[in-house]
Amino acid sequence: MPRTADSKPRSDARVIAPPGRRLCEIVENRQAGGYRIFSAVDAAGPEPRAGQFYMLSAADGWGQRTGRPYLPRAFSVAEATASEGGLRLDFLVEDVGPGTERLAGLRSGEGLSVTGPLGRPFSHPSELVPGIAGAILVGGGIGLAPLAILRRQLAERSVPLRTLLGFRDREHSGGVDELFACCEVRLASEDGHVGHRGYVTDLLAVLLEGDDARSAAVYACGPPAMLEAVRALCVERGVVAELAMEAPMACGFGACFGCAVPLADGGYMRLCTDGPVVSSAEIETALVPGSGH
Amino acid sequence: MDLSVEIAGLELEHPVLNGSGTFDAIAARRAFGDALLDDFPFSMFVSKTITPEPRAGNPPPRIVETPAGMINSIGLPNKGLDGFLAQDLPVLGELPVPLCVSVMATSHGEFARLVDGVAAQDGVSALELNISCPNVESGLIVGEQAPETLSLLRTVRPITAKPLIVKLSPNVADPASIARAAEEGGADAVSLVNTLKATAIDPGTLRPWLGAGRGGLSGPAIRAVALEQVRSVAASVSIPVIGMGGIESGADALAFLAAGAAAVAVGTASFRDPEAGARVRAELEGALARSDFGSLSDIRGDPVPSTST
Repeated sequence: MPRTADSKPRSDARVIAPPGRRLCEIVENRQAGGYRIFSAVDAAGPEPRAGQFYMLSAADGWGQRTGRPYLPRAFSVAEATASEGGLRLDFLVEDVGPGTERLAGLRSGEGLSVTGPLGRPFSHPSELVPGIAGAILVGGGIGLAPLAILRRQLAERSVPLRTLLGFRDREHSGGVDELFACCEVRLASEDGHVGHRGYVTDLLAVLLEGDDARSAAVYACGPPAMLEAVRALCVERGVVAELAMEAPMACGFGACFGCAVPLADGGYMRLCTDGPVVSSAEIETALVPGSGH
Repeated sequence: MDLSVEIAGLELEHPVLNGSGTFDAIAARRAFGDALLDDFPFSMFVSKTITPEPRAGNPPPRIVETPAGMINSIGLPNKGLDGFLAQDLPVLGELPVPLCVSVMATSHGEFARLVDGVAAQDGVSALELNISCPNVESGLIVGEQAPETLSLLRTVRPITAKPLIVKLSPNVADPASIARAAEEGGADAVSLVNTLKATAIDPGTLRPWLGAGRGGLSGPAIRAVALEQVRSVAASVSIPVIGMGGIESGADALAFLAAGAAAVAVGTASFRDPEAGARVRAELEGALARSDFGSLSDIRGDPVPSTST
């Protein structure tokens, strides 16, 4: 029988969302290199775990008088901190289409409709392999967002970690100063404007050469080609990895079955409920048609 | 205000259902916990379509946004009859509302086996027949041909006394003729519309965007088309009509009820907001109270005869 979603329930520590969409207020929207970080105060939602995501839409100018954007957009949360009036949620956005254009243009005081936190979060290293203590975080472009909250949550549990971030070029980079100000990160860029000239996976490959490579788990988020390179490298080196993926998604809570990602042993998972964080062993490739758009 | 309706002998608390395949109550409970059950958005839950054997569904990409809507080509992933009965039905039985199970097969024999297997379950209150599928014996799409529809109903009607709801395709010249065939075959109600056939082209490759090549359009983009098809069908049959197609508000629901629907379903709107169904119901109640109509049954206008445009 072909594998279908839900056929293999896994234990995970996801935070359950309140049912339904709720209105939050935008409190800040600032430039972060080539990206923007917009922040909203969520008065009613629980604190998310790193890797979880929210379905976002602007309260106004979203499918009312305009035809697009129509569907909400899935965004991994970059940081969640207690603030006056509730939890402050930070999201990293790059204007690449009608939905991200509207979200990137949100002003303080505007409404943001959110549903979440949703999906399966990153695991603690010890949940992946008993005895593994450290973490290697690998981010590409805007995919560094969920690694920011992951870095903080792992650091709070005293997990030793190293962070590698890569960018295509100056225009497609940002968020390092804002989201990783606290800590040491190693950078790569394809155009060489910052850090190592080349891919972030070059840095990962060097790191995995070390004797202690197998004492750490890899956590990655970024464009499909980068995730696939991380997956292949980790399989080759026998290192456990979790990948935060992206797929076209209409609902975020398992209703639409749109976000199908092929499973290694046949059939598909629904990325919204079985992911967005997947184990590298679950999938054959991170290059899923339609992902990364 | 009393919003209760009777559909095919089922007493429903209010007239807002979900469209099949637009809300997975099991996955939603995983995301939102048991709070989902406290104010369940729908007065009857319609399952995703199940088929005799398990299906993995179509290759991605499966969805794409369009102006005021989306195209999907999901491909009916499901666990098959045995998997549904063993794994899903016990969980769906915990919902606080009646359960309608949507079924589809590609031959009369398989359809009969499916209807028999599902209808025999105590937890199932009604069945919806998804007839937007080919009959492998004739090569015709059942829901596109009145004789095929009638013939299928003649096969499955004698199997169960439970309500049979026939889900109609909008991809036909005259949906009323299919609805009349369903009624003649003993259907207790019809529901419409299913999605409208649609395609998207990848602007980069200039090849079809969807993994399956084409799909079905839903959302407000199809609302006006759906409303006319509901009106046309309601004017042609005496069994109840469940109307759907881009309903997002109480005002939208009122329009479908005025066009002749006995109940409505919320579909794509639930993707935008899991509680869209509950909001539509609340807005409907408010709009009805403010209107000159005292009850839901007063809303339904006299059937408007079809004339040429």
